Amino acid sequence: MHPIVKLVAQRLALGLLLLFAASILIFAGTSILPGDVAQQILGQAATPEALENLRRELGLNEPAVTRYFSWLGGILQGDLGTALTNGRDIAESLSSRLSNTLFLAFWAAVIAVPLAIFLGLLAVRYKDRWPDKIISGVTLTTISIPEFMIGYVLIYWVSIKWGMFSSVAIINDSMTLGQKLNAIAIPVMVLTLVVLAHMMRMTRAAILNVMQSAYIETAELKGLGMLKIIRKHAFPNAIAPIVNVVMLNLAYLVVGVVVVEVVFAYPGMGQYLVDHVSKRDVPVVQACGLIFAAVYIGLNLIADIVSILANPRLRHPK
Amino acid sequence: MNDQLKHLSERVTKGLMTRREFVGRAAALGVTAAVANSMLATAAKAEGPVKGGTIKIGASGGESTNTQDPALTASEVPLYNLRHWGETLVDVGADGSLEMRMAESVEGTADAKKWVFKIRKGIPFSNGKDMTPDDVLMTMQRHSNEDSQSGALGIMRGIENMAVDGDNFVVELSTGNADLPYLMADYHLMIQPGGGMDNPGAGIGTGPYTIEFDEPGVRHGFKRRDDYWDSENRGHAEFSEQLVLNDATARTAALQSGQVHMINRVDPKVAGLLDRAPNLTVKSVAGRGHYVFIMHVDTAPFDNNELRLALKYAINREEMVDKILRGYGSIGNDMPINGSYPLFDDTIPQREFSLEKAAEHYKKSGHDGSPIILRTADGAFPGAVDAAALFQQSAQAAGIPLEIKREPNDGYWSEVWNVQPFCASYWGGRPVQDQMYSTAYLSTADWNDTRFKVPEFDEMLLAARAEIDEAKRKDIYSKMGRMLRDEGGLILPMFNDFVGAIGNNVGGYYDDPNGPLMNNKAPIKCWLTDA
Repeated sequence: MHPIVKLVAQRLALGLLLLFAASILIFAGTSILPGDVAQQILGQAATPEALENLRRELGLNEPAVTRYFSWLGGILQGDLGTALTNGRDIAESLSSRLSNTLFLAFWAAVIAVPLAIFLGLLAVRYKDRWPDKIISGVTLTTISIPEFMIGYVLIYWVSIKWGMFSSVAIINDSMTLGQKLNAIAIPVMVLTLVVLAHMMRMTRAAILNVMQSAYIETAELKGLGMLKIIRKHAFPNAIAPIVNVVMLNLAYLVVGVVVVEVVFAYPGMGQYLVDHVSKRDVPVVQACGLIFAAVYIGLNLIADIVSILANPRLRHPK
Repeated sequence: MNDQLKHLSERVTKGLMTRREFVGRAAALGVTAAVANSMLATAAKAEGPVKGGTIKIGASGGESTNTQDPALTASEVPLYNLRHWGETLVDVGADGSLEMRMAESVEGTADAKKWVFKIRKGIPFSNGKDMTPDDVLMTMQRHSNEDSQSGALGIMRGIENMAVDGDNFVVELSTGNADLPYLMADYHLMIQPGGGMDNPGAGIGTGPYTIEFDEPGVRHGFKRRDDYWDSENRGHAEFSEQLVLNDATARTAALQSGQVHMINRVDPKVAGLLDRAPNLTVKSVAGRGHYVFIMHVDTAPFDNNELRLALKYAINREEMVDKILRGYGSIGNDMPINGSYPLFDDTIPQREFSLEKAAEHYKKSGHDGSPIILRTADGAFPGAVDAAALFQQSAQAAGIPLEIKREPNDGYWSEVWNVQPFCASYWGGRPVQDQMYSTAYLSTADWNDTRFKVPEFDEMLLAARAEIDEAKRKDIYSKMGRMLRDEGGLILPMFNDFVGAIGNNVGGYYDDPNGPLMNNKAPIKCWLTDA
């Protein structure tokens, strides 16, 4: 069997095991939280009778282990079940939330990833001179400011003062692509500013690391131009760490943007998950948790495969 | 001068001039701001409602876990939803009077034990069927039967028997209750076809709108019904949309940039600044909601009334209103009733902040000096953590060792409130005194969060309930208020205003102390002047 196919198969099997472990952790975690879904739904207005009736209807009087296995049985048959809080089909609500999250992450990545790598290369080219310092200074500043702050500042200037883009990023299916992009313009800017520095700095560091190798010196002595050396000799050898960081940031764009979602009222998965955690709606939390875990595992798998493909030495493990 | 003002106010209602400009010009003509504003309101009314357009509200208090089932409604966004598609038997008007909705009239017997609601005829549900007294009965049954999960279960408890008699819906009580019609205005009790037994979350009712789209935690959309029975007064906009904006800054930004026409819950900290924006007005209404620190009177050390009094004297109410509410509120008097309630006795003396009296009562209590733990969380009420800190400071000055324990928001209502002996909390207020007292201060009340169980108080409450003579009732309520003020476990430093904001192109707004944004009816009763 081709080593790469074998690796993918191994990783996928491990991934499934990890997902299973994650589902147990999530279930245990939500069970430890104080209060249950019936109490959270009725809130301050709960009377003992109403609580008892709601618990009975939702099947919360069953032992936790029974509830976990009945949930697992459903999942194995591809049934995510219905939300305890409002009886909606989880698969249906989740698919629109997930596609929104991916939509936002996609456009943020389309802008942020090439820009970060380009700025990284530029910083290497002008190492320790003013372009390098400006790039590092600005990107490190934006990553150090909390993202909601960047969001508020951009809303104030771009949306309220200049009236350019919408401050509310609520999108729906009846909107055209243009309208959707208009709605998510400011959140995409915020996310770009937030993830830029990490990828840019890693590109810069990885290439600088390679630049100290003997073969780069040789290339320089041969009289090759700086940009050409970086592009043809340094970059291919620096791909592995860069891809790793890019994947990490992509994963962040999918699973870690709840703050941005709240600020812009974006209907993504983060807000959806948080709402259901605070209501102890275990089936939904489980489903979201599994998807987030799968995204992480999948992106890491891709990063590993790309590293191996980019580095022949890793293809033949001893 | 009058002609000039009239002309100016017409310009405002047509949207040619902002309210702020108008008030400025009016001032130049020697008219005070209050008079100018009331002139505007008259001008807007004279213009009459404008039909059409899409009115949008940006509201906090919505989650992706929300449902359209009235029984499970507990936060503001689902409540706006209910107002769109549903209606109750009666409403409580802004002046505290009863407004007939699904009931045409209501009559009670002299002992207030039997109430007859005459149900309107020929009012269609949005599914095309006419509403009948049977639907009313089944709705009430769903909220009060053994399987009920309804938030209204508590108020339905005193009902002994319900029946349909021809066109009438008849309620019989075990003890008389002169305020029963007010209970029927509770927002959970939206009349649904077949009582909503089959599909409680279908969103079918007799309200002015039907659901167009329903994305919990994101947005809710409604379309006006052509066959609505009261289209003169409600349902002016062709479409109504509700955006769920839980983030305070997102809400104000959306209003400022014109993406929504009204927002709820303006943070008092920014209300003053926001009001300076040119295209909107901050609306603050004194209501019955209040922020409280509650002690369990049956748990040591709070079972000692001297200690309770010490704590009541040690809280600086004026400072709380200034710093926590930024002036958007009024001071409280350790009883849950204020001037917004009918039959309020304003001769009850106001408790003043007094370190000497606090120290004196503390000394009398003989407390051993161990720390008194006050639990609080951001979610208890806006500013609850800061309020607790202020309380701690002033208590310390009186020599009372108050210690703050900060709890997580998450789980606060199930783990701390009504469980721990001393914590911060809030109440939304009720339309009438009886309902407020029986919700939280009757011995048998589920939400007796101060564990105040005094037979004498219960007797007075029941006596007042059945008393038809208003003067006598007022007298009993006054005694109850005083009793709670001096012996209760409730430290009530402030009543909070409802603070919202509307764009200047919104017509038909009026202040309603029953709830935020016209008792959550602004989207269905307001219109767009530029529609």
